[in-house]
Amino acid sequence: MLGYLGHPMTDAIASPESAPAGDALVRVRGLTTRFSGRAVFDGLDLDIPRGKITAIMGPSGTGKTTLLKHITGQLAADEGELWVDGEDVARLSREGLFKLRERVGYLFQNSALLTDFDVFENVAFPLRQHTKLPEELIRDIVLTKLQAVGLRGAARLMPSELSGGMARRVALARAIVFDPMLILYDEPFVGLDPIALNQVLKLIRTLNETLGITSVLVAHELAAIQQVADRVVLIANGKVVAEGHPKEIADDGSPWTRQFFGGEPDGPVPFHYPAGDYAADLGLGETA
Amino acid sequence: MTAQAKRRNLLLDGLAQIGDAGLFLPTLLAAVPRSLRYFRETVRQLWFVGAMSLIIIMTCGLFVGMVLALQLYHVLEIFGGTASTGTVVALSVYRELGPVVTALLFAGRAGTSITAEIGLMRATDQLSAMEMMAVDPVAYVATPRFIAGIIAMPLLCCVFSAMAIFGGHLVGVTWLGIDNGTFWSNMTSNVDVWKDVIDGVIWKGLAFGTVVTLISVHQGYTTPPTSEGVAYATTRTVVASSIAILAIDFVLTAFMM
Repeated sequence: MLGYLGHPMTDAIASPESAPAGDALVRVRGLTTRFSGRAVFDGLDLDIPRGKITAIMGPSGTGKTTLLKHITGQLAADEGELWVDGEDVARLSREGLFKLRERVGYLFQNSALLTDFDVFENVAFPLRQHTKLPEELIRDIVLTKLQAVGLRGAARLMPSELSGGMARRVALARAIVFDPMLILYDEPFVGLDPIALNQVLKLIRTLNETLGITSVLVAHELAAIQQVADRVVLIANGKVVAEGHPKEIADDGSPWTRQFFGGEPDGPVPFHYPAGDYAADLGLGETA
Repeated sequence: MTAQAKRRNLLLDGLAQIGDAGLFLPTLLAAVPRSLRYFRETVRQLWFVGAMSLIIIMTCGLFVGMVLALQLYHVLEIFGGTASTGTVVALSVYRELGPVVTALLFAGRAGTSITAEIGLMRATDQLSAMEMMAVDPVAYVATPRFIAGIIAMPLLCCVFSAMAIFGGHLVGVTWLGIDNGTFWSNMTSNVDVWKDVIDGVIWKGLAFGTVVTLISVHQGYTTPPTSEGVAYATTRTVVASSIAILAIDFVLTAFMM
């Protein structure tokens, strides 16, 4: 179902007490973030429904990865509130934040595998840090997760011996080792060949369906998103400018979606970075 | 930008780095109790920064002692004091050369690798991944290296000093013909264990170990996540450590006199 945000926010929605209400696992209200005076988010409102796959899309530099960092508490916002599973992320202590992160998986764009450890130890790392499970049980859990991503046979390979797609799948196995409630995927399809891309797509969908994990995807590949996402949110100019079903959002007729999904070089997102007068920069004004 | 403005920026940047490293120290110390969980990691780092530095420390120690004995012998010969060669070698090594040269070598060998390793972990998001797995990277990555550096430095100073005296003995006794008994008896009667060995080797070693590993870990931890950033951080580790070692050496020596 299509719809635009920008509707007036009611007090009931905005109040922290009402945060856990509804089906939204992540609730963002009035999020404002500035980098060097430039507003990346300007009063962003967003709900991420529980148990669904939500794709966050938008032009480069629009703050999609920054949003993931806000959700995981890696980055504090200048203004606004953000709740994850009813917890106000900004008010969590470091211990509270770490407790929350144990329930959140994060797939980094470059996989971020620990290069000193082999595949098995990378997946076992969170288990060894946070549990006192016997070695046999850790082994069983790790092999189960590696089997789920099709890499049980690669358990003893080092990260340097993996292809990009394999590394991404190992990172995914590590991200799901605690069966999290939420997985955040930061550009999971970048640099993957069609086979690896489809493998990752299948894994995202399977994990969502079998484990009921809420997934948030930051990606640019519309074809891939259409295969896997339940909902697309388009962010531009620091706000959500469109949201809806992935197969419908591209046809909603708004200038934002027309430019973004049509790949038009100029439009609401200008081709030129803001700059002064071109002629003056070239010194033409002085010679004329 | 004018040359004066560049110099001012360089100075301000240097002061900011010192201040930032100073603020990083309490963070490291606060993480010590949490890092005790990672005892194996601390031992692994001790092996890496300590045991793996032994070859360069021993080799350099040997040659420093040999050249020192050679130079001193010919100078002392002018005054007819060659019997004191062992004493002067030992005092020079224990009080100054042992801790200072060890620390400079340590900064070049272990400090740079600590900075580069942590810097690359930063650049490849491994530290962020740890944060996201609810593992404190300060406690898991930074503090074990910091502790290992503090433990390793005095031990390496001892090894360096022992090898330097052995080198001095090789040149002085075996090559130049100083009497073996004179060499050792003069040395043992003039070297004070507390004033020379403990103050020089142990306390200076601890101080230099703390400063060098603090700089190394801080530079790695705060490096911009780019290849150029890691390269600059590694260079800054050597430069800042070398200046800090010599400056602190002067201060400590002044207090110990």
